[in-house]
Amino acid sequence: MPTHVLVARAALPFLVSLLLALLLHFGVARFLDDYDRGLVMSVGINIMLAVSLTMVNGFTGQFSIGHAGFLGVGGYVAGAVTYATSLKLYGDLETRGSMLSGTSLNVDPATLSWFGQGDLLFVASLLAGGCAAALIGYVVGLPSLRLRGDYLAIVTLGFGEIVRVLIQRTDKTAALQAWDRVHPGVPAPEGVSRVFAIENSVLDPATGLSQTTYTAVSDANWFEIAPRVGGSLGFSAVPDYTSIFWVVLFAGVTIAVASRIKRSTFGRAFLSIREDEIASEAMGVDTVRYKVRAFVIAAFFAGLAGGLFAHFKSMNPNEIGFARSFDIVIMVVLGGLGSISGASIAAIIVTLLPEWLRGLDQYRMIIWALALILMMIFRPQGLLGVREIWDKALWQGLVRFIKREKSSPKAGGGA
Amino acid sequence: MLEVRSLAVKYGAIQALHDVSLKVEKGEIVTLIGSNGAGKTTTLRTISGLIRPAAGSIVYEGKDITRLAPHEIVKLGLAQSPEGRGVFPQMTVEENLSLGAYTRSDHAQIAKDREHALSLFPRLRERLTQLAGTLSGGEQQMLAMARALLAKPKLLLLDEPSLGLAPQIVQTIFKIIRDINAEGTTILLVEQNAHMALKVAHRAYVLEVGRITMQGDAKELAASDDVRKAYLGGH
Repeated sequence: MPTHVLVARAALPFLVSLLLALLLHFGVARFLDDYDRGLVMSVGINIMLAVSLTMVNGFTGQFSIGHAGFLGVGGYVAGAVTYATSLKLYGDLETRGSMLSGTSLNVDPATLSWFGQGDLLFVASLLAGGCAAALIGYVVGLPSLRLRGDYLAIVTLGFGEIVRVLIQRTDKTAALQAWDRVHPGVPAPEGVSRVFAIENSVLDPATGLSQTTYTAVSDANWFEIAPRVGGSLGFSAVPDYTSIFWVVLFAGVTIAVASRIKRSTFGRAFLSIREDEIASEAMGVDTVRYKVRAFVIAAFFAGLAGGLFAHFKSMNPNEIGFARSFDIVIMVVLGGLGSISGASIAAIIVTLLPEWLRGLDQYRMIIWALALILMMIFRPQGLLGVREIWDKALWQGLVRFIKREKSSPKAGGGA
Repeated sequence: MLEVRSLAVKYGAIQALHDVSLKVEKGEIVTLIGSNGAGKTTTLRTISGLIRPAAGSIVYEGKDITRLAPHEIVKLGLAQSPEGRGVFPQMTVEENLSLGAYTRSDHAQIAKDREHALSLFPRLRERLTQLAGTLSGGEQQMLAMARALLAKPKLLLLDEPSLGLAPQIVQTIFKIIRDINAEGTTILLVEQNAHMALKVAHRAYVLEVGRITMQGDAKELAASDDVRKAYLGGH
């Protein structure tokens, strides 16, 4: 095939994602209220998480249950980059994005242009978060992917908890303080009454009492501010750059990359590990290296998703714990292990269904759990099995199934 | 071409192989026969790097491959068709075949070899888009062999190709083994079906509880009383 056709074919899914992102951002989002817009973004972020985990649990057949850890690493790193850079560069935590990005409440949307300096900061921070997660993925994956099955599950579980506990132990974020608390005895300049400052507690050895002092953000260096990500209080200080545009764009890129991988030689090596690890080794596949690759790629996209999450909702140690990891595993299993479109559909269901059931109050989690159990009994291979929604074989199977139902109405539902 | 010297393999406290030595010369079919649990598969897997030996060495074309990883060994031209066929059940026949050529990048030559492999196993051509797990046992065996051939091996390791197959298919498989060998591929064949194995092989080794007990010309071994009694059901 000529090169330009190959390039066009490779670029097409990304262009489609871009168009879809623009369409949803400027078209559909107009008709949604804030709550629904938030749901759309949650769905997109969960699709990224589910599709990235599909590359590990679905493609290579490993069982990782610490995926939220990567969400955490990416989210906190990306959040810290935007937060500390905004404070150092601008001295505040307002957004400075374009009409494509999310905006602070006190920025007038009418004043926005097609490009904002903040967009660059935002995308750079997302990439930083993704790369940090990928790096951690490499460090965690290299020793643990030599192990098989259950051991990997235990290691990834431990990893997720370590991330959560480490974040819980971080310091409070900078907050607006009165000028005379930060600079006692120094007269305030004209027009400045409050400054951003970080709080330091120091134990006085003489009295045994703790003393609180404040350091103005302008006096602190970048590396003093960045690690102050809020601890157990959560990290809500990150400017809200995330918008439907960015979420849909990155979710589209995640799906496009995952499906390119699935159909490549690279991806067949992943799938062969899941099918039969020994046969795969006998074919000449370096299985450990491939498992690590899958793990690193998955961590990168989970990190990106984390970055989007951090610039959208408040990051919180509880958000990245075991429960969140398990939600992602449920999406992957529900969609069908190895199915990208299946995981995406499952991510939509898993995000929206509990919201729709909110009216049922305390019964909602019971119904949710029941639905999952029934699903696993009647369709253990997941919604789509290993197939994709764009596979012809899936639809042929469905047509055959419907025809058989018609010709023998008493045949029952055995699929 | 391949020389295994004093190989010992242990599974924990159990010693599976004691002092196994064997040689395969270029162009030969060498068979390793023996009953269940004699250590035939262990020997093959150790050669292809899937199991680490406790002692001994494996030399392939003058190079010591004892400590190499499986994927490095495949790159040297030593391909294995694993026991129990080991096809990838949820992948199509087509995808299975392309994984066989995994270590190669010469696309034009791969396409030719694929055609050739399909001409050896015409049944597979009819089943290219079918999931490998839905093939019959014989077809899966054919697929496993075709897949191993696509690695363009100089030495092909076949693990029990007749296992669980109908006698007629066994005949076909062994005919193809001979054809592959006639085209210049050296073959090390592990078999329980001593009768068929000794028919196609040039030389043979008999493995009993982890030790080589007999070796020599395949025709002579087939005629010897000990082998006839133990493995050929003869009197």
